[in-house]
Amino acid sequence: MRPTVLTAYRWELRKLVSQKRTYIGIGAAVVLPVVFVVVMALQSGGPYDAPLGHNLRQTGIALALVLLTFVSRFGAQLATALVAGDIVASEHAGGTLKMIFTRSLRRGQILGGKTLASFTYVLVLLVALLVAALVSGTIAWGFDPVTNFSGTHVAAGHALALTVGALALFAAPLLAVAAFALFLSVVTRNSSAAIVGTLVYALAQEALAGLVHLDFFRHYLLSDQFDGWHGLFHSPTAWTPIVRALWVSAIFTAVPLAIAFGVFRRRDVAGE
Amino acid sequence: MSTGSDEFLPVAARGLVKRYGHVVALGGIDLTVHPGDVYGFLGPNGAGKTTALRMLLGLLRPDAGAVSLFGRDPQRELPAALDGVAGFVETPHFYPYLSGRTNLELFAAFDGGDARSRIDPLLELVALTDRAHDKVGGYSQGMRQRLGIAVSLLRDPKLLILDEPTNGLDPRGMRDMRSLIRRLAGEGMTVLLSSHLLGEVEEVCTRVAIIAAGAIVYEGTLTELHASSSVRYRLRTTDPRRAVAVCVATDGVRDVDVFDDDVTFVATEDSVLTLSRALVDAGLGIAALVPETETLEQLFLELTDARDSELRLAGAA
Repeated sequence: MRPTVLTAYRWELRKLVSQKRTYIGIGAAVVLPVVFVVVMALQSGGPYDAPLGHNLRQTGIALALVLLTFVSRFGAQLATALVAGDIVASEHAGGTLKMIFTRSLRRGQILGGKTLASFTYVLVLLVALLVAALVSGTIAWGFDPVTNFSGTHVAAGHALALTVGALALFAAPLLAVAAFALFLSVVTRNSSAAIVGTLVYALAQEALAGLVHLDFFRHYLLSDQFDGWHGLFHSPTAWTPIVRALWVSAIFTAVPLAIAFGVFRRRDVAGE
Repeated sequence: MSTGSDEFLPVAARGLVKRYGHVVALGGIDLTVHPGDVYGFLGPNGAGKTTALRMLLGLLRPDAGAVSLFGRDPQRELPAALDGVAGFVETPHFYPYLSGRTNLELFAAFDGGDARSRIDPLLELVALTDRAHDKVGGYSQGMRQRLGIAVSLLRDPKLLILDEPTNGLDPRGMRDMRSLIRRLAGEGMTVLLSSHLLGEVEEVCTRVAIIAAGAIVYEGTLTELHASSSVRYRLRTTDPRRAVAVCVATDGVRDVDVFDDDVTFVATEDSVLTLSRALVDAGLGIAALVPETETLEQLFLELTDARDSELRLAGAA
């Protein structure tokens, strides 16, 4: 039986599990909520001006949502780039790419496995953040209703479901960042260049969003899509930013991936 | 594209060209490996051996020319063109954070079929069973080379392509590696082996191609190579000075020289017959008239030096 993209995917996961680098981002995602709670416990103030920040100290559910805003500026992109930016480039540098290119998998299947593994890592990262935030937030401030942007009280169970939805929506632009990191990993063949390049890409979009006040332009930058989940916490639900986050992120994901696959499939492997 | 006669050849490379800017890495080479060959691809470092092997394995696209492996084009039909083919270029590389066994499991999964069932026998074959669960990061160069062979054999290949397989091995490792190659060839596997070690090629190969500065300067059997060269003879007579005069006067005898009391010269077999009669007619007693076979090293240097001279002349022109 011929191997498939799932064979490549399974082994990419196995490789990720075996590398220390994988645990840096996930470890940070687990530690960050705990540190946040400890800092809040040691002081009387807090980031109440953050979206839904007024719920902090009222309910532990709010912690995950506030942290999304914090990590959307830099941390999530860094953790994503550490893995997705390295996943192809490290194989060029290590000389293993030419070994796996001479087996029975197509190059597209190999990159497909790497793409799926990078995306899985992003999802695991967010799940780790969610679980750590819910556990530490609930221990510190209880499991109580959330007051949404419209001032409506949302029951704790419903708020939890919305929070899971918020993380799922937050994943969309983060997967686009992973796609860009993967593209740089393929094109530059250099892990450091891919990681730094991804951060510059994310920060440049952030800076553009800050400089340009034309909503028409700003709403279609990737950075704006990290706030798409806010729509879930309006009464009634604001679907426009949610839908936009999905399709804009999809475009920002598809374009770099298409180029990466094109380059990867035709690449000469010389000198590694 | 393969021609009809190339269809069943393990390797048929025709007119392969590769340029990097102004540098010509391969200048239109042909390679023909027959079933059952242990084919030595011989050349000095930088001659283009690895570039050609990369093309055979579909890792590098030629600027011109075509390759076929058992009639399939690795430039267009991957991975199907590598069915029954295995090997590596330069040093084999592995995932250092995985064990030797896990690396083999990974490559077996990427091969599909029943490759996984070969892992244990192959670990035993390359004498790595005891270290199979250690991370490859802690392996010596020799162990990695052996693991490279095991990874190649996972595919149960009909054609094995090895690039300098004894690189970095100690003398015992080199001996074991050559013995393994002979054993695989004995079991019917076709082996294409690149090397710059003449002794290695002479020891294990049945046919050779010699490459110099991106061009094939010889392809054939080692026996033919020795036979094709001009043979130098050594002559011992009762009077070396008169013998030299007779040699110089005989058609087809050239490069006459004297070492101690022996006369040496280069000649064809027919000329030697004529010369022997002339020596007897001149009243000289012949104590010895023997051909001196050139070593592979001498032949190799003659061929590669000739190519270098051609390039220098072309450059000067």
